[in-house]
Amino acid sequence: MSVQTLPDDASRQFLAPYAELKPALPGADSDWLANLRDDGADAFRQRGFPGSKVEDWRYTSLAPLTKSAFDWREPEATLDAEQLPALVFGREASCRLVLVNGRLSRDLSAVAGLPDGATLMGFAEAADQSPDLLREALGGESVLADQPLAALNTAFMADGFVLHLADGVVLEQPVEILSVGTGGKQPPLYHPRNLIVAGADSRATVIEHHVGLCIGAYFANVVTEIVAGERSIVRHCKVQDESREAFHIAATNVHVGRDAMLDSFVFAVGGHLSRNEIRVKLAAPGAHCRLHGAYLMRGTQHCDNTTIIDHAAPETNSHELYKGVLDDEASGVFQGKIVVRPDSQKIDGHQMNRALLLSDKAQINSKPELMIYADDVKCSHGATAGELDDEALFYLRSRGVPEAQARRLLVEAFLNEAIDGIALAGMRMPLEQAVARWMSGAAR
Amino acid sequence: MTQKMLEIKDLHATVDGKEILKGLNLSIGAGEVHAIMGPNGSGKSTLSYVLAGRDGYEVTGGDVLYDGESLVDLVPEERAAKGLFLAFQYPVEIPGVTNMIFLKNAVNGVRKQRGEPELDAMEFLKFVRVKAKALSMTDDMLKRAVNVGFSGGEKKRNEILQMAVLEPRLAVLDETDSGLDIDALKVVADGVNALRGPERSMLVITHYQRLLDYIVPDHVHILAGGRIVRSGDKGLALELEERGYAEFVDQAAA
Repeated sequence: MSVQTLPDDASRQFLAPYAELKPALPGADSDWLANLRDDGADAFRQRGFPGSKVEDWRYTSLAPLTKSAFDWREPEATLDAEQLPALVFGREASCRLVLVNGRLSRDLSAVAGLPDGATLMGFAEAADQSPDLLREALGGESVLADQPLAALNTAFMADGFVLHLADGVVLEQPVEILSVGTGGKQPPLYHPRNLIVAGADSRATVIEHHVGLCIGAYFANVVTEIVAGERSIVRHCKVQDESREAFHIAATNVHVGRDAMLDSFVFAVGGHLSRNEIRVKLAAPGAHCRLHGAYLMRGTQHCDNTTIIDHAAPETNSHELYKGVLDDEASGVFQGKIVVRPDSQKIDGHQMNRALLLSDKAQINSKPELMIYADDVKCSHGATAGELDDEALFYLRSRGVPEAQARRLLVEAFLNEAIDGIALAGMRMPLEQAVARWMSGAAR
Repeated sequence: MTQKMLEIKDLHATVDGKEILKGLNLSIGAGEVHAIMGPNGSGKSTLSYVLAGRDGYEVTGGDVLYDGESLVDLVPEERAAKGLFLAFQYPVEIPGVTNMIFLKNAVNGVRKQRGEPELDAMEFLKFVRVKAKALSMTDDMLKRAVNVGFSGGEKKRNEILQMAVLEPRLAVLDETDSGLDIDALKVVADGVNALRGPERSMLVITHYQRLLDYIVPDHVHILAGGRIVRSGDKGLALELEERGYAEFVDQAAA
């Protein structure tokens, strides 16, 4: 059975298979989890897909989603293990989970060398075997209240990854989560649900790598929730390299505790329609976050980066830098909201989005939004959009650098400011290589 | 008759539809240093950009022959590969690209176009360090982004370093003296003089005679109103210093 496209009520059709699927979804034995699913379904039923009148979604239309007939059964796909190393981002991760069309593949995954107190498992395994691991952190308040697609995910979430760190546990090596979309006769739809719970004084780096192994369409509706305990450091690096026909809508919700730090980097090159929404609650004094991102789009790709930083406690800091390169008729969106609550004094918040437009038809919509209700606050924001610097291009060419190479150098230089900020040194080179690959496709 | 390295014949060029060069003639032989002097707006910088092949500087008449072949239809990187070099009046800042990366791309870009093997990282590093040392440039300046945060003198020294590294056969120096104090001027001029040789020609474009005390030309030309209005030896520059450009401007307008 597939979801029919009914223009009047298209989004609600996404719930049609819920009753049939629910008994077989993981964690069915846990009442609280079953209730949470129902709440997700209810929240989505009430809201539906947000239209352009919803401020958060003003520049990104979900209409194409409601026109596609998705296969919600998450079709089984056989994937050859030999295909994987090429997919792994740059390096042999010793600890790696592989999800194929949203489902954990134990055969393709390798979990080794984790210290005591660290648990890495699939979401379905966790929901069935140790649901208590999920209970404290799953389904934060904004999921049901403000994020209809995350609510939809909550109803159907079937698999994903769960990383749990007890207090004081430090992961020396990054954990890589590889989420592969294979496409299918009918475009698959899946709702990965990921959870990172970092105890006090713990440290981890998680690379969430979404990649398409097909040229066809599919819809990944992803939710990642992160709870960073006191004094913990969580580095979350997300690479979105979905197929060029894919829909990728993701929400990353983060709760940052006292003196804890979230370091987020988002690199987006794939997808036909993609959105990466990050909500960070800086919940206690000393909490801080750094959100960096780079996006490269061409053709008719659309990429939306939306961030909402809630300075919910005094003495919290945020630093945000996104850089985008848009060619052909590609479009980009950057929405950055910073909220400083009335009692949140001594706040530092900085935000910048810069876009480089390589074609007359490429476009960027930048919307900074500062809502500041306290007075002892240092906040800044900025947005720029421009073309490649003609002078610099001529300078390089006059020194014998061929035009395509000169353009590539300038684009790389533009992105470097964002990429250089990645604390995880091992990620820089693969990202620089990904940029070079993207540019070589753009050589003209 | 021996073939000149550069022959500019009745060159007409426009910028934004406005004619700036109006029938310019100039010949430069191998190993010669020519100076072009002229008042503001006479077309000096236009000439340098036309020679380097910048977009927007359109040749509407005449020709530029380099070793007997027309340059006019070549893109800037092809001209560089043939051995033409322009030292910019205002060197461009390129944030995010280090000097070292810039130079390596330049040298290997030229070598590749010429069908020569590219230098690997180690070979290149050795090669550049020797050239940089001769110009009193530190490793730190090589690691910094191109011209970003450089003083006026450092920027001009950087131009000369690029020239030293690319070893052009024809170097056009566009107002290389502008913005330099006397000490910086000497360093830059020493760098230029070190590159003089029987096979390397130079076209030194300047507003002031001062630079020509340090880079002594074989021939001096006065550019006014888009044409060469007078040519002579280095004495012409001194004459100009005393009498100013007024009579040449009048002459060009007449």
